[in-house]
Amino acid sequence: MDIKVHVRESDADAYVVELGGEIDVYTSPKVKDAITDLIDQGHYNLVINLEKVRYIDSTGLGVLIGGLKRVREHGGTVNLVCTNPQIKKIFDITGLVKIFGIFDDEAGAKKALA
Amino acid sequence: MNALEVGSEHLGTVELRIPSKPEWVAVARLAIAAIANRQPFSVEEIEDLKLAIAEACTLCITQVPGSETIDIICEATTSQLRIEVRDERYRARGAGAGRTASAGDGEGLGIFLIQALMDSLEVNIDPQLGTELVMTKRIGS
Repeated sequence: MDIKVHVRESDADAYVVELGGEIDVYTSPKVKDAITDLIDQGHYNLVINLEKVRYIDSTGLGVLIGGLKRVREHGGTVNLVCTNPQIKKIFDITGLVKIFGIFDDEAGAKKALA
Repeated sequence: MNALEVGSEHLGTVELRIPSKPEWVAVARLAIAAIANRQPFSVEEIEDLKLAIAEACTLCITQVPGSETIDIICEATTSQLRIEVRDERYRARGAGAGRTASAGDGEGLGIFLIQALMDSLEVNIDPQLGTELVMTKRIGS
């Protein structure tokens, strides 16, 4: 079980959090730390790229929801990149498709932040 | 063993005990995938089962912390997979303890996801007595 977290600055005053692996009760604290660090540094427009994520559970969803709540307090937002049908299904079931902007590629997610 | 559905054949029972710690939840996921592979579940159904078992174990770990282990009992038949998940303290008290929880009780997305992905779910969560979930997924549902 593993999780890879890579944070990089993007254009359009946004940061990209690229995740890979499995996000569950064990690995989600690492994801939470990365998102919290960015917000604490004053970065409120985030793209979280889930293309390389094979699995996410409710604790992972909770981390994403928590991040979205915090950036919205500062007028920012979180857009997701997700193409995995199983993960998209989880966002559908939970209704989170209505809360997050979910895009098929990073370019679209970044463009929507602008 | 629970009563079989008419026309259903018992394939086997698998019992697994894992430490009640986050790093062991992935082992439960892998085990469920291996068991479900012995049945004619689709790839998508196996993914549903992996998420459901992980959510059940996560509830055991987070809702009533303090137990050392989690027991997982899987009964595979030709028509379904029935899974019991209970923590050590609940096991010690026996069935019938605790209360029945629902997605609206504040346990959050975990129970909601299990309800959405499985065909049946019974939940007992008690802060003193521990946690038990019994869930079933039918093949092709």
